[in-house]
Amino acid sequence: MIEPVFLYAALVVMIAGLITILRMMLGPSVPDRVVGLDTLNTLVVAGMVLLGAAYDRTIYIDIAIVYALLSYIGTLAIARYLQGGLA
Amino acid sequence: MNWVSYLIYTFLAISLTFNTLGSIALHRFPDVYTRLHGATKCTTFGTIFAVLAVFTHALYRLHVTGDPKYLGMGLHSIVALIALLLTNPTGAHAIAKAAHLSGYKPAKAVIDAYEEKLGGEGK
Amino acid sequence: MPFIAAFIWSYLLWLVLTAGTNGLLWSTQELIAGLIFALIVAYATRDVIGEKAGRFLNPVKWLGFIAYSPVLFWGMVKANLHVAWLVITGKIRPGIVRVPVDLENDAQYTIMSNSITLTPGTLTVDACPEEKALYVHWIKIPEGMERPESSEPVAGPFEKWARRLGR
Repeated sequence: MIEPVFLYAALVVMIAGLITILRMMLGPSVPDRVVGLDTLNTLVVAGMVLLGAAYDRTIYIDIAIVYALLSYIGTLAIARYLQGGLA
Repeated sequence: MNWVSYLIYTFLAISLTFNTLGSIALHRFPDVYTRLHGATKCTTFGTIFAVLAVFTHALYRLHVTGDPKYLGMGLHSIVALIALLLTNPTGAHAIAKAAHLSGYKPAKAVIDAYEEKLGGEGK
Repeated sequence: MPFIAAFIWSYLLWLVLTAGTNGLLWSTQELIAGLIFALIVAYATRDVIGEKAGRFLNPVKWLGFIAYSPVLFWGMVKANLHVAWLVITGKIRPGIVRVPVDLENDAQYTIMSNSITLTPGTLTVDACPEEKALYVHWIKIPEGMERPESSEPVAGPFEKWARRLGR
């Protein structure tokens, strides 16, 4: 059983993610791309929660929790690398 | 079609508006710091309302069908929201500090007090 | 004390994540497995978590956080309408200002910085506890506010709340 409303909402979130990927490809400097990546992480979490409701699968939402925590650690690692801490 | 559906539609409309606005903000603003404003605030707010919509949907299905799987769906989405709320501002803060320390100056800034402090320490 | 705090928090998280395995409550296997895993986690992190972790078990503090959430949410609503208006019109006047604050410990600085990041037009760049100041990127500085004397124009009521919650 599919809830069409949540499926279309997840589709719009994916389009917003595409706009964000455009900034990641265009971005003139490295921090611009990292900002794009951070935004994309949040959008992916939102899309996963919406898809979990659309397909009636709780396991998708569990993946969203793990993804939110792990992407935060990834962002912190890139930030440390930018300020020269991973030498 | 009842009032719960309209509540879910309202939440989803707010959520999608702010998520899309957050990604457009990445193209409207001139430098890293102003882009972080749009990206962090708008997408966090949009995701709060997406989770609220899913939570309302799960509670309504729980009320209609009595299937305990919907209780798990609602609680898990709330946990995802709390994880996001705790980590998102901290990540933005880390990016802003790293960008400033690696030498990207704010564009069109009228004042840069942080630069004055770092200059004083002879970085 | 860190052991007890970590144990209680991880067991609570386990209970929230496994609710609904027996009717709307928990089955016995889930409760026992959660007890074992919470003990392992608490034993493994007993040196990582600081000695002061026990203060987050105080129920008065939870009530404080529950009372704080509507204030924070209203701030976020205003912030988002503001940023939405700025995205549409594009009129900005950005800059990094130094905001003197009167806080004592790390928890207060964390609450204050995260609240500032989520509320109107401001984003914390760095916190300096040794000189009691925050460096805040402000997207639209009003005329004549380049060097604020207190945190009132930047953060509104949040400094008061941060001082009360992080004690």
